[in-house]
Amino acid sequence: MDVLVCVKRVPVTGGRISLTEDEQDIDTRFLGFTVSPHEECAVEEAVRLVGAHGGSSTVLTLGPAAAEEQLRDAMAMGANRGVLLEAEGPEWDAGATAAAIARVIEGHRDAGVAYDLLLFGNESADAGGYQVGVRVAHLLDLPCVTGVKQLEIVDGTAVARREGPGGFEIYEVTLPAVMTVKEGINLPRYPSIPGRLRAKKVTIERLHVERLEQGLEKVRLRLPQGRDKQVEILGDGAAGVERAVEILRQIGVMPS
Amino acid sequence: MIAGLVEHEGGVVTEPSLQTLTLGRRLAERVGVPLAALVIGSEARPVVDGLAAYGVSAVHLAGDDWLDRYAPAAWAACVVDLIARAHPSAVLAAGTDRGNEVMAHVGARMGLPVAANCTEVGPGDAYLVTRLRWGGSLLEDARLHGDVKLLTVVPHALQAEEGPTAGGWSVEEFSPALRDKDFRVQVSRQEGRPPGKVSLPEARVVVGGGRGVGSPQGFGPLEELAELLGGVVGCSRVVTSLGWRPHTDQVGQTGVRIAPDVYIACGISGAIQHMVGAKGAKRIMVINTDPQAPILSHADYAIIGDVQEVVPAIVSAIRDAKGR
Repeated sequence: MDVLVCVKRVPVTGGRISLTEDEQDIDTRFLGFTVSPHEECAVEEAVRLVGAHGGSSTVLTLGPAAAEEQLRDAMAMGANRGVLLEAEGPEWDAGATAAAIARVIEGHRDAGVAYDLLLFGNESADAGGYQVGVRVAHLLDLPCVTGVKQLEIVDGTAVARREGPGGFEIYEVTLPAVMTVKEGINLPRYPSIPGRLRAKKVTIERLHVERLEQGLEKVRLRLPQGRDKQVEILGDGAAGVERAVEILRQIGVMPS
Repeated sequence: MIAGLVEHEGGVVTEPSLQTLTLGRRLAERVGVPLAALVIGSEARPVVDGLAAYGVSAVHLAGDDWLDRYAPAAWAACVVDLIARAHPSAVLAAGTDRGNEVMAHVGARMGLPVAANCTEVGPGDAYLVTRLRWGGSLLEDARLHGDVKLLTVVPHALQAEEGPTAGGWSVEEFSPALRDKDFRVQVSRQEGRPPGKVSLPEARVVVGGGRGVGSPQGFGPLEELAELLGGVVGCSRVVTSLGWRPHTDQVGQTGVRIAPDVYIACGISGAIQHMVGAKGAKRIMVINTDPQAPILSHADYAIIGDVQEVVPAIVSAIRDAKGR
């Protein structure tokens, strides 16, 4: 089976976020980049599915030229091919992103590459729009299951499990289909050294895409007002224990 | 009119949906239009009458029983149908898994943008919304365009509040135009959660462990402490990635959100993605070797020290206190 995975390059934020002066972006001068956590699992899932069923996995991203790094990382995990939709400048909303991705998939189909499964993350770590996968599914007239925590392919049918109100929901969908996955579906592997060497040599398909009109237009980013707490230091090591137990008693969680 | 999509469980409207109606009512009052509710499935009939108390003056009920088994595209078709017949200026849903999913389908079908997880909504030609990014570590002010404004409301960003209706009360049942393909994705069966211990989101005490715990075995004392206090163990994303604990224990943006009376965070540095998961904690007690760790700026109390020394000491102090 042939699987396409879509990923997004996002900064690795640490203990706090700082913004650029124009309040349009996170200040990434001192930050590294990665892919969103759900999508890292989507890549792992694609590699495992291709390992079990044969075929190939392709990883796609829409982003700046530097997002090549995230494609190489995914290929180091075992993805076979990479596609970079190069778009510099301000970020894209979900509608425009989905339209660009769907167009590439249609282009691949016309060139004889039809994907059985399109994997996305349930939502990106940064923008959190919860909709690119669903929108791509509509544009390509494919069924879409979101929030998938377990996925099995049996005779051309995807059996997907996800959390629902009061328990788990199981969906059975005929391929081709779109699935958006959540972290926890698997434990992503670390790229191996041979994997990294192999990934370095793969030629990435590069396409330039024009930014469309934005239906959801960012005005500015803000940091939520922190209730900067005054921390009470209870002590160093075992010296703090007595006071800690006293506090647990005050809170009312001590065993009787 | 402004319309709100109502989710219900076991014949009761979910809290996030009541919050959504509350935000919808305030918006409707500002614009000077009535608030309508969209209710889906035959199992939803019992919730209809109670909606008046939340300011709803018109209920649109898609009461067919084949809508009872959740199918996201079919629910979206109900919204699309409502928009075509009743011409709301905005449709709001709760920012839950289902709410976000259904609205994404509606936006996709109608070629309209969707603003997910809003905390504030200002009307206008374009709506000015504030929405969450990074799971709530960052806010975005954005202009939402489109003939019909589609948005979801962050659960628990505001309190559900009863309020007056704009006048009148009507319940209109309708059969939406559904296509076969709206049921390509439908719940085929459900499984309950295994019964047993307290779940992380409900626990009164959570003892969380991070990289500073050192090893999978290092969680032993944390388990003991949690058990003594009637709580459960959670962990940071690093711990899950290392394979020390299952992902179901993970607290954070891509894991579980907790709301305990006290969160005892052991050897956790305090990345923003972790802290958004612990935002609901009433108090945070930190055990960490590094007095400069970011988590201290979120903490109420801190012990500066090694987890493997401090946690067993707390455990035995609690045991001693209990024995007395």
